[in-house]
Amino acid sequence: MSDPLATAVGLPTAAPPARPATGFWRRALRHRSFVLGGVLVLAVIGSALLSLVWTPWSPYEIDIAAKLKPPSAAHWLGTDSFGRDIVSLLLAGARSTIMVGVIAVSIGLTFGVTLGLIGSAQRGWIEEIIMRFSDFTFAFPAVLSAIMLAAVVGPGMVTSIVAIGIFQIPTLTRLTRGSANAIWAREFVLAARAAGKGRFRITIEHVLPNILSILIVQVTIQFALAILAEAALSYLGLGTQPPQPSWGRMLNDAQMLLFQSPMLAVYPGAAIAIAVLGLNLLGDGLRDLLDPRLARER
Amino acid sequence: MSVFVLRRLLTLLATLVGASLIIFLVLDALPGNAAQMLMGADASPDAVRALTVKLGLDQPLAVRYLQWIKGLVVGDLGNSYVYGTPVASLIAERLVLTIPLAILAMAITVTLALSAGIYTAANHNKLGDVGVMSLTQVGIALPNFWFAILLVLLFAVRLQWLSAGGFAGWEDGIWPGIKSLLLPAVSLAVVQAAILARVTRSAVLEVLREDFVRTARAKGLGKREVLWSHVLRNAMIPVMTVMGLQFANLLAGTIVIENVFYLPGLGRLIFQSIANRDLIVVRNCVMLLAAMVAIVNFVVDVLYAFIDPRIKVHDL
Repeated sequence: MSDPLATAVGLPTAAPPARPATGFWRRALRHRSFVLGGVLVLAVIGSALLSLVWTPWSPYEIDIAAKLKPPSAAHWLGTDSFGRDIVSLLLAGARSTIMVGVIAVSIGLTFGVTLGLIGSAQRGWIEEIIMRFSDFTFAFPAVLSAIMLAAVVGPGMVTSIVAIGIFQIPTLTRLTRGSANAIWAREFVLAARAAGKGRFRITIEHVLPNILSILIVQVTIQFALAILAEAALSYLGLGTQPPQPSWGRMLNDAQMLLFQSPMLAVYPGAAIAIAVLGLNLLGDGLRDLLDPRLARER
Repeated sequence: MSVFVLRRLLTLLATLVGASLIIFLVLDALPGNAAQMLMGADASPDAVRALTVKLGLDQPLAVRYLQWIKGLVVGDLGNSYVYGTPVASLIAERLVLTIPLAILAMAITVTLALSAGIYTAANHNKLGDVGVMSLTQVGIALPNFWFAILLVLLFAVRLQWLSAGGFAGWEDGIWPGIKSLLLPAVSLAVVQAAILARVTRSAVLEVLREDFVRTARAKGLGKREVLWSHVLRNAMIPVMTVMGLQFANLLAGTIVIENVFYLPGLGRLIFQSIANRDLIVVRNCVMLLAAMVAIVNFVVDVLYAFIDPRIKVHDL
């Protein structure tokens, strides 16, 4: 959100100038993918919050007599093979998804941004080591690192959170370093150095605020990737464990019953797709809104 | 040229060594004792001790690492803790499925993505562009294993054209094998193709804005000729970068997809080995996947230099 005029002429923009919030929101609410993405994401967050206080039935209650019921007034989307209410499971599943996503992205963000900023501030061999390290962690997609961790410490929610978090680090390191390097080359950083500020202060006061909008956009994308990875891991049985409801796990259960109750395999996948689509659209919207230069090019 | 390739080769070697160290340390040093894990928590200490010696796990860490690396170089990966058979042949049996699956999926990805990307760029902001781009937006959001299940629902459960899973093998000719890999390959490809199509579109659009495109048009070349002979070659660099990364994702994706279709490939082997606590198999499979990823990225980098001679100048 740096002031385009100030950055264009290379004025120091230590803190982003406080723009009236209404200006951002007025533009945002007219942006189609931002609004659509925002609505979808809010729906998922809303489901997770709602499930904390209310679900139509208990997502843990097993009622074999009521198993595999078709949709009805009592069970809006029917029941699964244990007689659990699908709507309740979907609502509670949103909770696991969001929790894993938030923690994993926080891990990736903490380490990735720190390493990227250090690499950019300390050019030379430290940068070289950090980048080579991110090169070969790049060779381990989330599923692979989760598999290694699961082989060692056993499957579970914590395993999948850590694995997805590790997988997020190299992407964020590269992005942070790349955009921070561009800021370090700017005149206002030179001015700050001439004024006697140290590398640490420049990083905190000038570099970080100027790459914040890029990071915010990337976080929505990383969150979407985390949700997809979590779903895949719980589907494989390496992630969230029963009876904790999770969308990936529901798909695994449903796959056994494809011929009897095909719709059971449709709902949880649609929930995952809605969450990921919402985040991607929100990210696209934010990119346009936060970086006017990119928006013009499109 | 040769200096560039040599430098890149050294980076590849460093990456392989680094990856092998990480894999070895995570799988071998952290758990404490693989023998204990194999036998369970209530095995007698003597039995665990005997198995530890038998598996060579009593040797110092560095010795075991070097033994493993020596084995990797000469192709002797040791024996499976669980089956007792050589790990190399276990893996080789599975690659017969996983490699064709990955290649088939990549071929479908590239075909779909390039045609969609070039079509949308050539029809920028027209109805076809907007339509295809919305489709790709949905495609990116699909979990590939869910898409796989939907394909099974449609083609195996409803239409009954293809089987819901399993692998026919290559013994009865190529077609039965390909047929059983078709749905898995498509489900791997569609999501990746959606991403690659968007990359292709923006790369082509970027090049279309270049001055040399205007020059080519000004000297009388048709739109189509300019697109095929001038634009595509220049747009391929970012497209190939993403293709290299996608191949890595695709290999990891096979682990999940092979489980959806019950295919006896590398992914399923890794998965079963975790369930069996067969760490030596897990270690070599993960190393193989990481090595394939690194080698693919190496090949992509070297190919760049052929497509775009400017790159090696930058790097020297």
